[in-house]
Amino acid sequence: MPDLVIRDVVVRYGDGDESVTALDHVSLTIDPGSFVVALGASGCGKTTLLNLMAGFLRPTSGFATFGGQLIGGPSSERGVVFQHGALMPWLNVIDNVAFGLRLKGTPRSERHDRASETLRLVGLEGMEKRLIWQLSGGMRQRVGVARALTADPDVLLMDEPLGALDALTREQMQELILDVWARTRKSVFLITHGIDEAVFLASKLVVMSPRPGRVVASIDLSFGREYSNGVRAGDIKAQPDFIATRERVKGLIFSSRGISEAVL
Amino acid sequence: MSETPAVASREAESLRVPSSRLNLEPFRRRFTYVGKVSIATCVAAVLLWWLLARLEVVPAMFLPSPFAVASKFFSVWTDGFQDATLPQHLLASIGRVSAALVGAIIFGVILGFAMHLSETGRGIIEPLLEFYRPIPPLAYLPLVIIWFGIGEFAKILVIFLGILPSIIIATNDSLKSVPRDMINAARSLGATRTQVVLLVLLPHAFPSILTGTRIGLGAGWATLVAAELVAATKGLGFMIKGAADFLVTDVVILGIFVIAAAAIAMEIALRLLQRALAPWQGRQ
Repeated sequence: MPDLVIRDVVVRYGDGDESVTALDHVSLTIDPGSFVVALGASGCGKTTLLNLMAGFLRPTSGFATFGGQLIGGPSSERGVVFQHGALMPWLNVIDNVAFGLRLKGTPRSERHDRASETLRLVGLEGMEKRLIWQLSGGMRQRVGVARALTADPDVLLMDEPLGALDALTREQMQELILDVWARTRKSVFLITHGIDEAVFLASKLVVMSPRPGRVVASIDLSFGREYSNGVRAGDIKAQPDFIATRERVKGLIFSSRGISEAVL
Repeated sequence: MSETPAVASREAESLRVPSSRLNLEPFRRRFTYVGKVSIATCVAAVLLWWLLARLEVVPAMFLPSPFAVASKFFSVWTDGFQDATLPQHLLASIGRVSAALVGAIIFGVILGFAMHLSETGRGIIEPLLEFYRPIPPLAYLPLVIIWFGIGEFAKILVIFLGILPSIIIATNDSLKSVPRDMINAARSLGATRTQVVLLVLLPHAFPSILTGTRIGLGAGWATLVAAELVAATKGLGFMIKGAADFLVTDVVILGIFVIAAAAIAMEIALRLLQRALAPWQGRQ
């Protein structure tokens, strides 16, 4: 499976005095099969980074490659899950999930079979005929994940997929995403501003600082793998090691903003 | 212990009241209040009309009674007026409006998309549209007749031109509001530009196109009568004009009611179509 490489990328919006530097010399690699989480406050360029990887945006300087090829635009090799789902309200659940296959001209029965398979994977069997506006926020995100997976991408790019969910649904979705990752062995890049979530999910945690967006730390972690090996999420999050890591990451974020934690 | 029945009945009430309050009450209240006022208004208007006719405040030649109009409905339906029966007049008018409507939807959607997808398209269409849109169709009707004669084509063209702007504008406005993420989602699933247009933009714009059609239809009926005043041999506008020339006032009033009924029927049909085909509208 190909790796995704961001090398020395600068992204600047606007011209002259009013230009804003969203990303300032950022480098990052998503190794095949890894789970990279970008963590940072708003304004640190996380979403810009994802748009770059998806091909929605070109860097001002530097480059982004996928499997050694320069990323020139969106491609079905790189699936995207959006914060608010971005589902098609005129299609029912299964037609949303099968949308990528329809674009490729896959016959209806085959694409429905494959969409049903991914719906099972995200725990939405029996929901095929539901309409999007009849679903809860958590279910919509599952449809979004299933839609991206059905197109069989090599890497899954997730833009704050859990940001708009309530706390309980959020924890369920964290476990679901880890299950999907373990079962499909796809690379995942996920954006969040939840520290707990980032430490739990990441096999590589990238801590970013805002204005201009920079990478301040890159930490290898393995709590997600522990979960995949059968340890309960609650037990992992109660481990002294997990708590210590979480606090260290919190420290990194606050120091990168130039404010001490005690002030807040 | 004497409290128990009271508690029980209060409980029963608290169980019963919300269900009737939450589900039926607003509906019933809307129906009883607004609905009753509306019905009462219509009945009062007809009564007033009948009273004015009955007391001959206005001569019957100018204001025939509701009964005279109603009986005229049956005689015009079967015997006709000016060489055509009421169904023939009605069908002629509906045919013209429908032909104009179909044409306006096709051209309106294409032009609305062209404005959105191409800067050249916007540059060409916008000034022409803004120039002719505020002009009442009656003003350019004579010109259309000079150019295209007095046949069916000229009539349908004028009605078409009356409907077209609202469909172009509704289409173009809805395309401006397509969520960026939805287009990006399709592209990241491998959609080509054509696929984005046909499978994302078009279904997204669909409910607005229907709304534009409904608004345009009002303009269409307004233009119809004007178009039919000119050398038609059938049609509701022609029937009204002919009746007015001979002071057959009951047929004039009949024609007005038939146009209203036809317009309302088309509006209801379009609303039902919108609800059936775009159930997601307003539920995002």
